[in-house]
Amino acid sequence: MADVSVPAGGLLTTSDGRPLKSALATAQQRAKRRAFLLVLPLLAFILITFIVPIGQLMHQAIYNDGFSANMPRTTAWFVENPPGTAPDEPAWEALALDLKDSAAARTVGVVGTRVNYEMSGTRSLFTSTARGAARFEPPYREALLAADAKWDDPNLWGTMRQVSDAYSANFFLAALDMTRDVNGKIVPMPQERQIYVSLFIKTFLMAALITFTCFVLAFPIAHLLATLPMKWSNLLMILVLLPFWTSLLVRTTSWMVLLQQQGVINNTMVAMGIISEEGRIQMIYNQMGTIIAMTHILLPFMILPLYSVMRPIPPSYVRAARSLGATSWTAFRRVYVPQTLPGIGAGSLLVFILAVGYYITPALVGGASGQLISNLIAFHMQSSLNWSLASALAALLLGSVLILYWIYDRLVGIDNLKLG
Amino acid sequence: MALPVYASPLERVWYYTRLAICALIFLFLIAPILIVMPLSFNAEPYFTFTEKMLSFDPSGYSLRWYDLLLTQPSIPNDVPRDAAWWGEVWRKSAWVNAAKNSVIIGFFATIVATVLGTIAALGLSRPEMPNRRLIMAILISPMIVPIIITATGLFFFYSSPCALINWTGLSQYCGRLTSSYIGVVLAHATLGIPFVIITVTATLIGFDQSLNRAAASLGAPPTTTFFKVTMPLILPGVISGALFAFVTSFDEVVVVLFVAAHDQQTIPRQMWNGIREQISPAILSVATILVVISIGMLTTLEILRRRSERLRGVTPH
Repeated sequence: MADVSVPAGGLLTTSDGRPLKSALATAQQRAKRRAFLLVLPLLAFILITFIVPIGQLMHQAIYNDGFSANMPRTTAWFVENPPGTAPDEPAWEALALDLKDSAAARTVGVVGTRVNYEMSGTRSLFTSTARGAARFEPPYREALLAADAKWDDPNLWGTMRQVSDAYSANFFLAALDMTRDVNGKIVPMPQERQIYVSLFIKTFLMAALITFTCFVLAFPIAHLLATLPMKWSNLLMILVLLPFWTSLLVRTTSWMVLLQQQGVINNTMVAMGIISEEGRIQMIYNQMGTIIAMTHILLPFMILPLYSVMRPIPPSYVRAARSLGATSWTAFRRVYVPQTLPGIGAGSLLVFILAVGYYITPALVGGASGQLISNLIAFHMQSSLNWSLASALAALLLGSVLILYWIYDRLVGIDNLKLG
Repeated sequence: MALPVYASPLERVWYYTRLAICALIFLFLIAPILIVMPLSFNAEPYFTFTEKMLSFDPSGYSLRWYDLLLTQPSIPNDVPRDAAWWGEVWRKSAWVNAAKNSVIIGFFATIVATVLGTIAALGLSRPEMPNRRLIMAILISPMIVPIIITATGLFFFYSSPCALINWTGLSQYCGRLTSSYIGVVLAHATLGIPFVIITVTATLIGFDQSLNRAAASLGAPPTTTFFKVTMPLILPGVISGALFAFVTSFDEVVVVLFVAAHDQQTIPRQMWNGIREQISPAILSVATILVVISIGMLTTLEILRRRSERLRGVTPH
């Protein structure tokens, strides 16, 4: 630093002769570093236990080596020959030897499943051919065609070429109800197999509906709590916080008990003569069950932000409006509600974000019609075992949640997130 | 809100209607939680009130479902309940084992989340903290990201935790984290961290930083300042953060479903199985116990909140 040697004519210096500006900068740098060092352990922890796993999930959505890892020779042939090359004898040989090996390694099911994702009905072709693969003799083309004539299908070779590349956007396409035709062009799925886009839409609609019912129920409660004397509102607040602190499974179970056909509500209504014994209402294991239970579970997340915004609103504003001649409705609508908008925004966004990704409650009380996108992700992870499709769906869901989270941060600020 | 003296008759009607609506909403909030309590004492295997229960006939009530929690799956019920029998319950009862697992996992997850979260919150509350907003957003994200996505990601990660460091050649020394206590504890700690961050930073907002400088100027090293000055003042926030973290772990089922094995069976997992397979009133007795626990937690939290307000000189008005 050249300016240190300059005599301090008019330049402020610290006692050891350094210019004050650079000394201050150093001190601030040190303070910044110290603050960051305090956060660093947790940041590293979250990176390993949260960010990396989600990164792996993303990777899984575009990477599936089910074919390439188990059919190395065929994969190599696809790399060497340009698309559209008719399979020659080396190709048939590669295929036959790969089938033989993967049959011995018991991985042919994986290969067949991978091809089957893109071209249905091919899994059994792989498994049945592989059963006799140990006895294949050259010429391999004839041997394979003798096992199954479907091997001659150019579409099958086209599909195998597609899946031989472990990196593929096809799972994202599938998650958006699209597929590739034999020429690799992106086309919509056949009508009867289009399920994911409509499920996404349904998930968003249900989340919006739940957010709306939460808002309708939360507003009067928050208003009451905000206008009561502190002593009373603290007492009533317990009624809001107790559900908040109670296990999710307990609350879901309670709704099952209440809403069942032989449950408390139906029994009460039958006993009171509102409905007949045969007319018991199906309130659970359908969309209605999901909506009721989720509204109950997410309601505190709406009440708390509304309350924290409403509490500091001075009652004199509404009184002033009244004294100037406004009716109570006008005063409420034009003076009170505009002041609660930040709370409405914060609560609605939070409830919507949480509702979009909900899993447990729909899984338990949703029946067939009340399932959300999370339940389908779980289905593909646990039952159909199409992990790449599950990951692609999860990535799309994550993307939409992160956009909402970003909006929340911009509008509300994460610092303002309050819990009780 | 009191009814103003100048209210018109219509406004009076509306005022009482509104109170009635609020009462109904409170009923909606609280009834589902209270309803399981009496039903868990049902003598019959039904999920509804029997005639006998409604007429308060003692024979309509029983403790059989609580009994079942102790004896499931294969502990004799008709023998004298001596020390040996209780020992067997302690070792073999599915629910008791699930409770033990829940407490062990919850305890360690809470420790990890609270220690790391509190230290980070101290850093985040310093005005010099660079990129505060972004870092805060990352640290809170486990609460926002749908649990199914977290669970799926953890499942992939735990299957080969060292996939990323394959190039070092060390990965052959690490096994899997699936079906392990450590895996579940780390995951639950991650899920609990946002709650610790939120509660502790909220407490630190009211914290007077000049107290730290005063301690330093009197010659206290940073650790002494932390334990003697900062810690006692933010302790209520730390404890409520820890309570949140514990409850999060104690209530978590999806990650356990995805990455744990039978050995790490927790109470929520056991409940999940019970609800999905053959739902019996035994579930209601567990639910009742859990509700009682959450009432206890809520009371603790409320006491802590008042104490914190008193310490910080915020008087409730």
